[in-house]
Amino acid sequence: MSTRSSLATTSTFDASSHWELSSAVSLRDEEFGALAYHHGNRRLVFLKSRDLVNLVRQLSEYDSAQKALDALIDAREHERYLVALSSLASSELLRGG
Amino acid sequence: MVAENSLRDRFEHGLAAPICLTWELTYACNLACTHCLSSSGRRDPRELSTVEAKALIDEIAAMQIFYVNIGGGEPMIRRDFFELVEYAVNRRVGVKFSTNGTRIDARSARRLASLDYLDVQVSIDGADALTSDRIRGVGSYDAARRAMDHLAQAHFGPFKISVVMTRHSVEQLDEFEALASSYGAQLRLTRLRPSGRGVEVWQELHPTREQNRRLYRWLLERPNVLTGDSFFHLSALGSPLEGLNLCGAGRVVCLIDPVGDVYACPFVIHDEFLAGNVREAGFGSVWRTSELFRSLREPGNPGACASCGSFDACRGGCMAAKFFTGLEMSDPDPECVFGHGERALELRVTIRPISSSDHSTRVPVALALR
Ligand code: SF4
Ligand code: SF4
Repeated sequence: MSTRSSLATTSTFDASSHWELSSAVSLRDEEFGALAYHHGNRRLVFLKSRDLVNLVRQLSEYDSAQKALDALIDAREHERYLVALSSLASSELLRGG
Repeated sequence: MVAENSLRDRFEHGLAAPICLTWELTYACNLACTHCLSSSGRRDPRELSTVEAKALIDEIAAMQIFYVNIGGGEPMIRRDFFELVEYAVNRRVGVKFSTNGTRIDARSARRLASLDYLDVQVSIDGADALTSDRIRGVGSYDAARRAMDHLAQAHFGPFKISVVMTRHSVEQLDEFEALASSYGAQLRLTRLRPSGRGVEVWQELHPTREQNRRLYRWLLERPNVLTGDSFFHLSALGSPLEGLNLCGAGRVVCLIDPVGDVYACPFVIHDEFLAGNVREAGFGSVWRTSELFRSLREPGNPGACASCGSFDACRGGCMAAKFFTGLEMSDPDPECVFGHGERALELRVTIRPISSSDHSTRVPVALALR
């Protein structure tokens, strides 16, 4: 398990398209947020805020990640959340399209 | 989002369920390794039945424990081994199981390869038969290699080769790496603790301070080598190694033994660290409410380590290593990289505690080769 999650660049993450939690991922609520586990690549990831957990859970209901951000997250925080989403996408926890 | 250190503090207060749950299926084993952490050998007549084991898996699934580390003894000795593993993976509980490899033939390798969510760790204790068999018994190395051959032929994928670091095996790091890559396998190195029968051999087999320093540097260059977070006491030497770098006992780590007893970690099978039994109230209630676990989740007393500049990296090391060498919890780790543990050990005259549960076979076992 790795705690030093990579701060992947946002360049590979397309916020204008639809994203959802991969079906290979289980989420478990914890006091600090949630733990996410990818059964395929065995990655354990810590989601360290409740808002991020909510966002990730509801992502699939919006046409695009950007629309989900607009609806759920304070605009001043969007940049931080984009970084988080993009690193979740690069560990295959999120699935695009 | 939140600094890693504060996340680590959160972990010290415990989680809704463990991350790293080990479940030892049986105390029965056909080998008698000198360092066995669970003093295995003979089956315990009180071991969980198939029905009880399945109920436990249901609870593990309900608690959203993502995977269990299955061990023993030798788990494949249980007749319902495959039945239980399949039951778990069908409920999306991943299984990582440790085996000495003696029961993996061509057929069982194919069956293992057919399962999703399954990892296999084959244990050896040296990169050649001479070194490994000194600890695991004559014939054990060749048997483990045959198991690896079968897994490779069955296209299992990247299985794991698991090695405990002793004074001898630590000299063969590059050989282990080469062996693993020859199979496309992943190397996993773990720390020798004075637990179970390990208490008898720890003194002569644990790596020297110089060997530990070399091991640390070797691991630092190879973040892909798995360690189960077991060498965080070496993080006091500089940059932290990969992992959570804390003693997770009762906070993120936990053991369920073959009779359903719940201990704080696989390396502390002793009454002092017994939290309860799954037969009484279920595992979840033990995890959430045991007095022992609650006290382990309280902030610890840094004791003799309080003035150490590396305390934040090493946190005083491993509770099990201290306990079974007769040190106090407030003492430094017996393998403290600065030698403070060795000094504490010299001054200590207490009798070392021995594991409360011993299932060792009374006579040395001869490995039947197939
Ligand atoms: S004195 Fe304690 S905290 Fe410092 S390195 Fe040694 S065991 Fe770790
Ligand atoms: S007691 Fe030792 S082996 Fe057990 S969780 Fe703590 S550091 Fe790890």
